[in-house]
Amino acid sequence: MSEDIKNFLYLNRRAPYGTIYAWESLEVVLIGAAFDQKVSLAFVDDGVFQIVKGQDTSAIEMKNFSPTYSALGDYDVNQLYVEQESLEERGLSVDDLMHLTWEDEDEDWAEKDSIRVVSRAELNKIIEAQDVVFSF
Amino acid sequence: MKFAIQINEGPYQHQASDSAYLFTKTALEKGHEIFRVFFYHDGVGNGTRLTTPPQDDRHVVNRWAELAEKHELDLVVCVAAAQRRGLVDDGEAERNGKDATNIHPKFRISGLGQLIEAAIQADRLVVFGD
Repeated sequence: MSEDIKNFLYLNRRAPYGTIYAWESLEVVLIGAAFDQKVSLAFVDDGVFQIVKGQDTSAIEMKNFSPTYSALGDYDVNQLYVEQESLEERGLSVDDLMHLTWEDEDEDWAEKDSIRVVSRAELNKIIEAQDVVFSF
Repeated sequence: MKFAIQINEGPYQHQASDSAYLFTKTALEKGHEIFRVFFYHDGVGNGTRLTTPPQDDRHVVNRWAELAEKHELDLVVCVAAAQRRGLVDDGEAERNGKDATNIHPKFRISGLGQLIEAAIQADRLVVFGD
């Protein structure tokens, strides 16, 4: 295994249910967290629905995997970009999203927000800066 | 250049596997290296040897297998995705008490770590799918 550390971005573009892409993307993120790369996630288009709070899947008999996003901080996955335009186009704001946090070891385990809302233009630059983009 | 290939869609339903195959074949012909081809989501369906397309159509599975034979390609099917979709090798049949296998011998079932490793090792990860 190479010692190089790469910038990994998981680009989540789809709604959490309806197709399996979101859930299987999260499985890659969890496995990938063991590889000590610099990892971030981006939520765009219907992907922003993946981290909406208060999800209830009982009526569609699907597993509600949204609590898993809350565990990402424990895996040192704490850079979650959400595209502003995608939120607005769907009538959502950051207040509709789960409050996802991580604890900063370097600052006496201070709790910090994982989610950062960025504009489409900013996200373009973030994607440009990646070595690897997993698109789901 | 060293490429890693990820295929996210099943055969015939979607052109992803065809496009990935043509990309891979051309890259190899141009002297590039393919570190690994990783099949994920419904892409695992590209690895069943039981596929029987009409005779006048391309054989997506055998085409990958032939390319793998020629270039010693590493064709890896994700185990978690495979278990959900019934893609089985000897080890999986044994572990999960299944009465049959269906994986093509040129493919192997392994973990998602193989995808991450490929993304780390390769110069470029190219993802095929919607």
